[in-house]
Amino acid sequence: MRRALRFVPLALLLAFVGFVAWRLANPADTAIRSRLEGKPVPAFTLPPAVPGRAALSSADLATGQPRLLNIFASWCVPCIAEAPVLGDLKRRGVAIDGIAIRDKPEDVAAFLARNGDPYQRIGADMQSSVQMALGSAGVPESFVIDGRGIIRYQHVGPIMPQDVSTVLAELEKAK
Amino acid sequence: MIAELGLAALWLAAMLALLQLLLALGIGGRPSAAGARPLALVQAALTLLAFAALIVLFLRTDLSVTLVAANSHSAKPWLYKFAGAWGNHEGSMLLWVTVLALSGALLALFERRVAEKMLVASLGAQAALGLGFYAFLLLASNPFARLDPAPAEGRGLNPLLQDPGLAFHPPTLYLGYVGLSVAFSLAVGAMLTRQVDAPLARAMRPWVLGSWIFLTLGITAGSYWAYYELGWGGWWFWDPVENASLMPWLAATALLHSVNVLAARGGLRSWTMMLAVVAFSMSMVGTFLVRSGILTSVHAFAVDPQRGTFILVLLALYVGAALALFAARAATIREGAPFDPVSREGALVVNNLLLSVILGIVFVGTLYPIVAEALSGEKLSVGPPYFNAVAGPLALLLAALLVVGPLLRWRRDKRPLAKWVLPSVLTAATVLVITFVFVPGMGILSRLGLAFGIALVPASIVPLLGRSLRRTPLATWGMVIAHLGVGVALIGMASESAFTREKLAVAQPGDKLSVGPWLVELAGIAPVAGPNWTAIEAHLRASRGSGAETLRPQARVFTSPLTETSEAAIHTAWNGQLYAVIGKQRDDGWQLRLWWKPFVTLIWLGGMLIALGGLVALVGRLWRERRRGREAEE
Repeated sequence: MRRALRFVPLALLLAFVGFVAWRLANPADTAIRSRLEGKPVPAFTLPPAVPGRAALSSADLATGQPRLLNIFASWCVPCIAEAPVLGDLKRRGVAIDGIAIRDKPEDVAAFLARNGDPYQRIGADMQSSVQMALGSAGVPESFVIDGRGIIRYQHVGPIMPQDVSTVLAELEKAK
Repeated sequence: MIAELGLAALWLAAMLALLQLLLALGIGGRPSAAGARPLALVQAALTLLAFAALIVLFLRTDLSVTLVAANSHSAKPWLYKFAGAWGNHEGSMLLWVTVLALSGALLALFERRVAEKMLVASLGAQAALGLGFYAFLLLASNPFARLDPAPAEGRGLNPLLQDPGLAFHPPTLYLGYVGLSVAFSLAVGAMLTRQVDAPLARAMRPWVLGSWIFLTLGITAGSYWAYYELGWGGWWFWDPVENASLMPWLAATALLHSVNVLAARGGLRSWTMMLAVVAFSMSMVGTFLVRSGILTSVHAFAVDPQRGTFILVLLALYVGAALALFAARAATIREGAPFDPVSREGALVVNNLLLSVILGIVFVGTLYPIVAEALSGEKLSVGPPYFNAVAGPLALLLAALLVVGPLLRWRRDKRPLAKWVLPSVLTAATVLVITFVFVPGMGILSRLGLAFGIALVPASIVPLLGRSLRRTPLATWGMVIAHLGVGVALIGMASESAFTREKLAVAQPGDKLSVGPWLVELAGIAPVAGPNWTAIEAHLRASRGSGAETLRPQARVFTSPLTETSEAAIHTAWNGQLYAVIGKQRDDGWQLRLWWKPFVTLIWLGGMLIALGGLVALVGRLWRERRRGREAEE
């Protein structure tokens, strides 16, 4: 066996340990300003993610009132953690629309039945095309959109209880 | 008193492990098996004592012990008090070291095939592993810590974990995880003493087989547990914790096959050593990922970054040392007998490559969320769309290889194999045609999975043809049974993903819903109460044609801590399962979810067959080794 090759497993281990140790020491910071903030929502039209529910297009987002647009998926584990927080926001009167990414109608329905359903409209984004246009690469993500359909704030990752005040403040600012 | 006794036993066991390590290093005397043996035995007895002490504390609900107060409750049924002893971080780590010490004792007691020097080195490695985990328990997660003043009542146990499955699922997985530590220690001992040879492989084989059986059983049982307990209707979620148990299994499966090449032909020496190190590393990586909370998971029950750091340090030390040893010694490991690409060895090499690539895929997919988060700050989840699409085709290739591999001879095979393989190819092709005609909308993976699974069932038996069945070694029987199990499980998975019918509805008593061939009537809704929960129970009458089955799904509310769970009701028919879950009450009725899952049970039946095959092979191997040992003595 070649000499360099023998050290590959050790090098991989060291890379793994180094990386993970660094992650343990520096917990993630999810507050990132998006480049899309201040720009209008890209035009899109999506079919409903669950049969019988309202579909979602970019026109539905400019209603004169600020709204929260949540990108989620039934196969996404952080989304399960986020679901109760979205339910809480809904109870506080926040209008929430959803986009389900690469999902099946029955899976979305099951997800909503299990984790609660805070959404007014849910669009199905089978190819992640709208997600990409929104400049979002991961699930979950959320956008605060003002009454004229302009993106005011982007939240990457699940909205956790400690993020609620930030999101509410951004919604207030967008009025 | 009992808690102090347990703690003292643990400290003593740690001291003995230190002695054992020093002995292996030649400090304080010449290394000898006679010296190491009693140390390993007494150490195992002491850890057993400590573990028994913890169980007694839990059964008595001794609330002056912090761990009991935090995780138990006097109103809990005794089985869950008992299982509660290891349903938490400290208890499960104690179980871990107990199994580790027991494995070391078994190794010390029964292993006579390998040279004494190597055995002592391996026992030293095992003691070094033990020491780290003793330190972890005693310094960072003492299960016997007292709580003063003792509270009046305990804080309960996660009700999701109040299930008979929990009593046996984690211990089974732990036996598998920790059993791999012996393969690791043997590999380290062999590399240290430069004796990587067939006797080593024969010594390692039963340990790998045994661990692999437990891992298979643990994963199968865990999958069924998640299926009926979580009430999501799925049997595999590619959740990080599931992946944490799958990764050691994949490595152990590869090791299981490569160790046979080493035992039978003396080949794949470096590779097998490497795999033995990787397999146990994956157990530790899995434990680390679950315990450190570095990944978001629905399973993570003992998240603590500080503990994560401790496990990470142990992981870096042990695996780092073993891989450094590998890098230093790989050049001195002689290569085994050469072989043709078309040979049993060749097929096993392909098997190992495919399994390793799948392992890599699962590893990358599991870690990708934290890597992405670190690089770009994005939090995301990698789910079934990735894993199924990438690992699925490779798993199907493996299944196809199963048709040919077992038929090949060692070293080289120039016989025409077409007459043995052709029937399988025709079977698979027939199934493909039938599904194309009757189920045009079927997904490609489930279509191929069904075809390969059905073809594999007869193909797995082909290695028995033309042999005297009574003289066929048990190990061959085991292989046939395990491969048959793969086919059966594959059929179940494909059928579940392609033919499942689901109905989600809001219903009132008297309503009838149809799902698949079933007509389900909501006969009534009633409250029921258990020892520590209350529930709303639906009474469902299901029938297809004649007869009627009763299903009673519940939405339970546990009192301490206050938690809602849904208890699915499942009716098992010969050709599938009807699965019912009751959800929340709405203005216009009750949410009901019904699934008809044709042949879903084959998934777990296949898993059990795979484990059974392993057991048969293990018994066969041990039997043979014993006879061989006796003949050698005479």
